[in-house]
Amino acid sequence: MIDSIKDFVSWFFVTGDPLIYGADVSIVLTTVAIIFVLTYFGKWGWLWREWLTTVDHKRVGIMYIIASLLMLFRGGVDALLMRTQLAFPDMKFLSPEHYNEVFTTHGVEMILFMAMPLMFGLFNIAVPLQLGARDVAFPFLNSLSFWLFFMGAMLFNMSFVIGGSANAGWLSYPPLSELTGSPSVGEDFYIWGVQISGIGSLMTGINFIVTIVKMRAPGMTWSKVPIFTWSVFSSCIAIIVAFPVLTVTLALLFLDRFLGAHFFTMDGGGNAMMYVNLIWMWGHPEVYIIVLPAFGVFSEVVAAFSRKRLFGYASMVFAMLSISFLAYFTWLHHFFTMGSGADVNLFFAITTMIIAIPTGVKIFNWLFTMYRGRISFETPMLWTLGFIPCFVVGGMTGVMLSAAPADFQFHNSYFLIAHFHQVLIGGAVFGYFAGLYYWWPKIFGFKLNETIGKWAFWIWNIGFYVCFMPQYFVGLDGMTRRLSSYGWDRGWWAMNFTSTIGGFLMGLGFLFQVWQIAHSIKFMEKDTTGDPWGARTLEWSIPSPAPLYNFATVPVVTDRDDWWEEKERIAAGKAPKAKPALEPIHMPKNSSIPFIQAICWFTVGFGLVFHWLWIAIPGFIGIAATMLAHSFNYDTDYYIPVDEIKRTEAEAGRIV
Amino acid sequence: MAHAHHPSFAHEGGHEGHHDLEELRKFGFWIFLITDCILFATLFATYLVLREHTAGGPGAKEIFEMPGVIVETFILLTSSFTSGLAVLALNAGSRKGLLGWLIVTILLGACFIAMEVTEFLKLVSEGHTIHSSAFLSGFFTLVGTHGLHVSLGICWITALIIQLTRHGITPVTQRKVHITSLYWHFLDAVWIFVFTFVYLMGVR
Repeated sequence: MIDSIKDFVSWFFVTGDPLIYGADVSIVLTTVAIIFVLTYFGKWGWLWREWLTTVDHKRVGIMYIIASLLMLFRGGVDALLMRTQLAFPDMKFLSPEHYNEVFTTHGVEMILFMAMPLMFGLFNIAVPLQLGARDVAFPFLNSLSFWLFFMGAMLFNMSFVIGGSANAGWLSYPPLSELTGSPSVGEDFYIWGVQISGIGSLMTGINFIVTIVKMRAPGMTWSKVPIFTWSVFSSCIAIIVAFPVLTVTLALLFLDRFLGAHFFTMDGGGNAMMYVNLIWMWGHPEVYIIVLPAFGVFSEVVAAFSRKRLFGYASMVFAMLSISFLAYFTWLHHFFTMGSGADVNLFFAITTMIIAIPTGVKIFNWLFTMYRGRISFETPMLWTLGFIPCFVVGGMTGVMLSAAPADFQFHNSYFLIAHFHQVLIGGAVFGYFAGLYYWWPKIFGFKLNETIGKWAFWIWNIGFYVCFMPQYFVGLDGMTRRLSSYGWDRGWWAMNFTSTIGGFLMGLGFLFQVWQIAHSIKFMEKDTTGDPWGARTLEWSIPSPAPLYNFATVPVVTDRDDWWEEKERIAAGKAPKAKPALEPIHMPKNSSIPFIQAICWFTVGFGLVFHWLWIAIPGFIGIAATMLAHSFNYDTDYYIPVDEIKRTEAEAGRIV
Repeated sequence: MAHAHHPSFAHEGGHEGHHDLEELRKFGFWIFLITDCILFATLFATYLVLREHTAGGPGAKEIFEMPGVIVETFILLTSSFTSGLAVLALNAGSRKGLLGWLIVTILLGACFIAMEVTEFLKLVSEGHTIHSSAFLSGFFTLVGTHGLHVSLGICWITALIIQLTRHGITPVTQRKVHITSLYWHFLDAVWIFVFTFVYLMGVR
């Protein structure tokens, strides 16, 4: 009996590595600390009422951002573990098996559990406010999306201490990810973690499309929609087209592992390359899904901090929509070496080169927006300026990779690693940071400290180039990706060591950002104006932090940069737009169903990972029960009375 | 539209400032159907790639029995028609007609599922399982996913029938009838493709 328990425990928990034991201890301590703090300050009710059951898009956005920064921390630690190993290849800091798990986890964390939620956080915070709307189209669904993402991420993260991590790369190619190649539960954790959060992402895509199409303020025609919202729209179009493919692909891989199907196996007529095609049909649009909203942020920021109208608004919109369309036709460039034949490779090489054109158009639009503008260099603008050269270099190396014959040389080398880190960090992450700094005062009501922010920016940027520029060259020297060690005779050490220094500099930059947030919370530079940057779009016309109902009266839009034009009118001594009388505001009620249903999904995922149907089936029943409970609930909304609106507006210093 | 759910937090440009919340939800459902369409398209593509990969086992010609499939097809097409009649009854304001046609629809749906399950069980008992070959993996997954959708639809319409008996025809239940009907017609259209690409092309 005792022996069988011992066997079970040593199989169920990951054992044998001091790093993991350290993590176990810190997880237990953190959990205990959180429970203690919540109990000591009597905050459980507050947590439940104000956060876990909220359907307010601003709070959902904040939760996305907090979760994504935690994941950034974990993905970042993984990166530094890898860089340490590569700086001292003979020190055996990580075993090759452990190294495989770390690079797999790093990729999944960064793309799916850091970039996606940080992006969704910005969607949630900015889009309804830019549209002059009171919430997203489906607030309940929005909360469900968040909790599905969160539970999926937790399921995936759990594999690190329970059962063992996935180790077949961030896209989990078969046959390695099949039962024959990966018999442990790590791949199942990957499948269900990504699947559950992917369903959440798909619903977010639907939600924001409907919000943007149907909930624009009166007068906001398509040519007056703020550019960030346009970027969200183009990204969501790519989401609804791409994510169903991911759902199917992961489901098929799971059927192979769970029921012994033969979709991607080496025997029984399966075709492993089918998986690689399918996963990249999602995976390539996915990188554009991530980067398009960052382009939107840059466009907002560059116009606001140049005090000029965005140059080439129409061409910008056209460029973004064409990217979201073309993104679906380039997937094969991830595996030119598969051997599809010269004609197929040629097609995908050309589409890949074509997609660089709209991207290039945007770079010129940003530059021309700045031309003769009154530029100021606050942190959102700094990240934008840091982005432009970085993305140009990353884009150029991308065009180099798109030439199919040359790609046979670059394929899976560090050259590729350097390229995609440059476009994803220099493009997406810099963009999200710019957006986070830009909208921070609007969500939280206080500004982040600029001095520490500038330090963080410079350390990050210098660290970035020190880390990734050498990787291009070490890649051209023949170093392939996913290599945990290399011989001294290769001559790769100096560049790897330099790269590691850069990696740690970026880590230091992150610490500066944490310090910046902590410092700013302590010294609280309150934003009393609601418009700290002198910006242009509707979200800056309301107080900071934005009240629950966003807009006391629904704004009527007459111009593209409506708030800027309004300020100009007032400055010219003209009367501001007349506001209608206050009316009670119709709002959705909080709901505990999304949180509970997401826990049921987690239960299903966990049960299926271990093939324990006695856990999975109650989970399924829970999902069905919560869906029905929601369908049968007709009491889903309430009104905020006029008195309360008046009180809230007066507290924010507004007279209505 | 003046009704109990005054949708003042939903609005659209160019209008009076108010947009119907139920219209919003219908539009959202159309977008969802696009995603479901792509989901099926992916499964069809997978099936068509793996169709000939029988791993030495039997192919479509040897195992499909067309008479049953044709009956299934007619049952499902009829259920789509009765679901349309339910919407017509709704538009005419007849709760009795609406409930009646919805019940007929789910009964036909249940017959379809029963026949499909029988077909699957027969195949499995003959030793043709999802494990046998890539062709059968693709077949069971594609047709099974459709069947799962129909089963979900049956549960959903059942829940809707209970709500209709409780609340009668309101803007909310009206929207729900429209959406389930859309969903049902969509599954019907998918089945036409299953019938053509899986069965007809299989036994050709």
